[in-house]
Amino acid sequence: MAHSAVVSSEQYNYEIVKKFAIAAIVWGIAGMTAGVYIASELAWPFLNFDIAQITFGRLRPVHTSGVIFGFGGNALFATSYYIVQRTCQTRLAGGTFWPNFTFWGWNLAIAIAGTGYLFGISQGREYAEPEWYIDLAIAVVWVVYFLIYTVTLVRRNQPHIYVANWFFMSFILATALLHIFNNLAMPVSLLGIKSYSLFSGVQDAMTQWWYGHNAVGFFLTAAFLGMMYYFVPKQAGRPVYSYRLSIVHFWALSFMYMWVGTHHLHWTAIPDWTSSLAAVFSILLLMPSWGGMINGIMTLSGAWDKLRTDPIMMFLITSLSFYGMSTFEGPMMSLKSVNALSHYTDWTVGHVHSGALGWVAMVSIGSFYHMIPRLWNTTIYSTKLIYTHFFLATIGVILYITALWVSGIGQGLMLRAFDEYGNLAYTFVETVVFMHGPLVARAIGGMFFVSGMLVMAYNIYMTIARAKQEEKAPVIAVAQA
Amino acid sequence: MLADLWMWITDLGNSKIVALVIFFTTFVGIVLYVYSNKARSERLESYRYVPFLDDDEHKPQAESPKKQGEK
Repeated sequence: MAHSAVVSSEQYNYEIVKKFAIAAIVWGIAGMTAGVYIASELAWPFLNFDIAQITFGRLRPVHTSGVIFGFGGNALFATSYYIVQRTCQTRLAGGTFWPNFTFWGWNLAIAIAGTGYLFGISQGREYAEPEWYIDLAIAVVWVVYFLIYTVTLVRRNQPHIYVANWFFMSFILATALLHIFNNLAMPVSLLGIKSYSLFSGVQDAMTQWWYGHNAVGFFLTAAFLGMMYYFVPKQAGRPVYSYRLSIVHFWALSFMYMWVGTHHLHWTAIPDWTSSLAAVFSILLLMPSWGGMINGIMTLSGAWDKLRTDPIMMFLITSLSFYGMSTFEGPMMSLKSVNALSHYTDWTVGHVHSGALGWVAMVSIGSFYHMIPRLWNTTIYSTKLIYTHFFLATIGVILYITALWVSGIGQGLMLRAFDEYGNLAYTFVETVVFMHGPLVARAIGGMFFVSGMLVMAYNIYMTIARAKQEEKAPVIAVAQA
Repeated sequence: MLADLWMWITDLGNSKIVALVIFFTTFVGIVLYVYSNKARSERLESYRYVPFLDDDEHKPQAESPKKQGEK
């Protein structure tokens, strides 16, 4: 194993990491605020104000794209560029132009697509709403990202490629594959914005959920595991619990995730064997997922006190706990009998958010609190504010998911309840009345989480402002001397 | 002969089984590779320290690896 003796922050391209990190926080606040607003619309419908552009159907993809691709995507660009440089001990490939190309290309694509959603421009594919021209632009940006990452790996000064980079590479490759095949479409005209999918019927549904669930598997899981395998050891000051387990974790996820998408289509017109296959692989996925969770949590072995004294560690370990919880809940919901109750209810929405807020957002937030002060060569402005953020975020997630367990399971039970004569026991509107209370609680949970993000934005802003002041101070002192 | 093989493998009933056998044996092979040899295990575990190699502020608190591995 090679050891690098000289380490300097100047040897790395931190400027691009800084840009992506700040963009992630901005998109996070914007996307989550949109989420809180549409959650509030469900609880208090007058908030639609009869304006088409801000109704649930238009704003919902703004929320999902904002948080998944705006917040999550920028966080992944930032941390992957940071981790690949530090673990390979080499500067990012592509000079300054190509990394900046990925920054502007990615963010412009999301901004243009998001604006279009408000005006109803969408191809109607979940998590892949942008029309064909944006899809092409994203494909170009992604190929450049792949090349930058690969060339950096090739130029590494460390003989071994650390496992975090394996997860990032699998995320980049799988996302390219998913994006291209799911978005195969024929534009109506060369200058028109509308296009139609090359697939139809059941094949189209299966392609969409092959994409949809692997977006969860490779974008929202594998990549964030890359983040976890670097930042948990770094923050703990201890190496990962078992490197061999991380290798098995990686390959098991890579082999299994591609098969499970069809569990989103249980009890529909798909062939029954595809449904069963998806359920079986979903159950199998529990093992690598929990193996990875245990690997991350056990990294703290011998330093458990950090869970009381280090708020960044609290974020990271809580995120792993939510990862474990949602990767137990997911396979359970993929069982056909459970799915018969849970599908088309708020339980699914709650499950997604226990993964998205509890796992994805919290591991990103913990990583940012570790990484951002180092990027600006300073310390965090306020540790107390990180504690505040942690408790706001945790209360928010718990309130959110418990509210939607009540709403979703109650809704599912009511929709399939029969009276003694075999008639439906409840009307649809009775389920809506029942769900109102939990939907209010869910919106409040979201407000807690967004409040935490605002606290983070303030803390990060002050950290950067102070770093810039510290940078100027010696110059002023020299000038005065 | 080649045409027969092509016809056989393009039948989903056969290719699914072939894919399963290939993926499953590869995965089992990876697990055996990772855990079966003591020297290899020590080498693999030494890579745990990679994130700390360029860090001058945080040193890992756990024990040092017994053996430094090569590429």
